[in-house]
Amino acid sequence: MSNLEIRPAPVRRSVVVKAGVERSFAAFTGNIGRWWPKSHTIGSSPPANVVMEGRAGGRWYEVSADGGECEWGKVLLWEPPTRLILGWQVNGNWKYDPAFVTEVEIVFTALEGGGTRVDLEHRNLERFGDRAGPVRDAIGSDGGWLGILRSFAANAEASEG
Amino acid sequence: MSRRSSSAATALAALADPTRRELFERLRAGPRAVGELARGVTVSRPAVSQHLAVLKAAGLVRDTAAGTRRVYEIDPKGLGAIRAWLDDMWGGALQSFSAELDKEIDDGEKTNSSD
Repeated sequence: MSNLEIRPAPVRRSVVVKAGVERSFAAFTGNIGRWWPKSHTIGSSPPANVVMEGRAGGRWYEVSADGGECEWGKVLLWEPPTRLILGWQVNGNWKYDPAFVTEVEIVFTALEGGGTRVDLEHRNLERFGDRAGPVRDAIGSDGGWLGILRSFAANAEASEG
Repeated sequence: MSRRSSSAATALAALADPTRRELFERLRAGPRAVGELARGVTVSRPAVSQHLAVLKAAGLVRDTAAGTRRVYEIDPKGLGAIRAWLDDMWGGALQSFSAELDKEIDDGEKTNSSD
């Protein structure tokens, strides 16, 4: 791990919705297939649905039109209606990898006037560096993705040291 | 690939060029001005600037002005393409979530008021 130690900033995104926290949490977790953008999927064909099992240890996955399932990860923390942590277990090679876990925390905060602020943080992105091996073969060159990640690592260490 | 990750594809395409890969490799040692980077490569200095612009557009390097010089370094804040892809994905997902939920609420209000 030490020579691949890097600390990229987490991805942080927020949105305000008109609904209260309970309804917002229910819509986010129970109806994910209704709102998930079709442009961002892992499977080889556009998904017909996206499903999240509402419990710690549950799965979340996309379902393609032919019924095939493509895992995204596990539900790591389930605290309705205010907090949720999902494991994003799709690695840098765009493949589900049970040994690879990055965390996506979603916090639902009640606002005055009845709305809800939804704050999302996707963290542990440095772990993409540790699991990037297969991508090197896909690119077919030592100057490929693994090399890039090592460069980031070396540079981040240098700038922090 | 384009459907799932245009930015990752951009980054990989940027590094498919041997000159750009060499420039990127040189930046591993630390920040470098354009003039330093241009020394010892076979292409002209304007071409080096163009290659650096491509790397920057792909999210792989960033630049700062130091007096009259422009200094390039590997962007330490992210894993470039993967991070950009995730940022774009979550931004789009939350917007889509918000729009769907607000639409449900508006539809519900219309239904209630017509009762």
